[in-house]
Amino acid sequence: MSNFIFGRYLPGHSWIHQMSPQSKLLLCFYFVVVIFFANNLPSYGVLCVLILVAILSSGISIMYFLKGIRPLIWLIIFTVLLQILFSSGGHVLWHFGPFSVTDESLINGGFIFMRFLLIIMISTVLTLTTTPLAIADGVQTILKPLKKIRFPVDTLALMLSIALRFVPTLMDEMETIMNAQRARGVDFGSGSLKHRVKAAVPLLVPLFTGAINHAENLSTAMEARGFSDSEHRTKYRLYKWQGKDTISWLIFILVGVAVLFIRK
Amino acid sequence: MKEIIQVNKISYSYPERPLLFNQLSLTVHQGEWLAIIGQNGSGKSTLARLIDGLLVLNQGEIIVDDLMVNDQNIYDIRDRIGMVFQNPEDQFVGATVEDDVAFGLENRLVKREKMHEIVEKSLKNVGMWDFRERIPANLSGGQKQRVAIAGIIALSPKIIILDEATSMLDPRGRKEILKLVRHLKEQNRLTVISITHDIDEAAEADRVIVLNQGKIIDENTPRAIFSHSKRLKEVGLDIPYTAKLIAALVKRGIVAEKSYMDDKELITWIQQLVSAK
Repeated sequence: MSNFIFGRYLPGHSWIHQMSPQSKLLLCFYFVVVIFFANNLPSYGVLCVLILVAILSSGISIMYFLKGIRPLIWLIIFTVLLQILFSSGGHVLWHFGPFSVTDESLINGGFIFMRFLLIIMISTVLTLTTTPLAIADGVQTILKPLKKIRFPVDTLALMLSIALRFVPTLMDEMETIMNAQRARGVDFGSGSLKHRVKAAVPLLVPLFTGAINHAENLSTAMEARGFSDSEHRTKYRLYKWQGKDTISWLIFILVGVAVLFIRK
Repeated sequence: MKEIIQVNKISYSYPERPLLFNQLSLTVHQGEWLAIIGQNGSGKSTLARLIDGLLVLNQGEIIVDDLMVNDQNIYDIRDRIGMVFQNPEDQFVGATVEDDVAFGLENRLVKREKMHEIVEKSLKNVGMWDFRERIPANLSGGQKQRVAIAGIIALSPKIIILDEATSMLDPRGRKEILKLVRHLKEQNRLTVISITHDIDEAAEADRVIVLNQGKIIDENTPRAIFSHSKRLKEVGLDIPYTAKLIAALVKRGIVAEKSYMDDKELITWIQQLVSAK
């Protein structure tokens, strides 16, 4: 798990670190949409330059981003290969049975690779520069309009922040239970599929009961500290839209418009 | 002395279980440190939860600071009582130290600027200000309990209830927490109720109540309680270290006139014995 950097936060004080989470989340979403509009080399070039600028301005070493791709590399290669081997159209360069490679499929494969790369990069920039708590707050701000249709936005945000806060706790607990069961002779991660599923039971059951215990104790503690409902509360943290957010949005919108013009 | 908590003839049982408390009564005086000791299942923690209104009584009444514990007063009562629970992991609501201390303030609709002020003051008070940006996974058990205490003093309660708050800590963490609570108690003239099965923690109290199967079987100063260590043993409780040492000496023919002394008294007594020879 240690080299899985997606979803981890690195503290810092860069431009991107200081942006408000709601604008970062929306910007990330917007960028993903723009990626799907790009369909030729120059438009991908522009997006690559933009993502490179974003990475450099986050002040985080580029090695971190490369590490972020590593766990997903097989998925990317698999998808790209499927695209190359099974698509038709254009000049056929090589073929064998049902497989064929054309110049167009090569180009399409390249684009899919670029899309994966860009999407992973931008979401890694987001998670590396934003605390889970800030992401939860950002989601709450973005979903605020849904309050009008009585969607429980505050409750959802509270659940999200508690869930995020308990991830490391439950991970530790899982580790402890696994080791405890290993000490009693349970063999995890070997043998047939059926055997492995069976071995997961002595891990999952205590983990579930543990989670229920945590929930019960936590709700008692919350009540004792005067929690009544998630709506009638003030907030300790404030994430305001700042000048930095406006400037970043301007840059991204400009690039988006440019991509629309450059594309075929 | 004024009585800050009155428990009048309460009865309580968990659903589908025999009656735990039957006509139990006790009082807590303002500004005292009261220890409630007893074995597991003696009803100590249940009593604390009943006082804070986290559980609902079957019969009888509890009055906290002239307010009856009921649905209307529940939030006023929780303003007056701060509770620290046993498991440091499970009472940490916030994502970081700062957010956790702010949780109670957010619930009471305190303004943001004021909140930042109070959080800083409370965290400095327990010596955790430098850790304000840490997440709970990166804190020790003792540090988490310190944060829990900071979250409580941020609300400036009149009463602190420690519900086995030190039972999952190592000896050093336990000592530190107790020292901190003692300091805060004297600084803010608080009433402290400590629920424990750690006998050394009880030895520091002003008054000790021994609870066994939902009944008060003894109530006195720690000194008086520990002088009759036989009765403690009968209900399955330990006795303080010094009492054990005196008992061991008695067995070897060295007779002490008292069966309980604190550390200092014991040391002077032994010194006297040695110099007398």
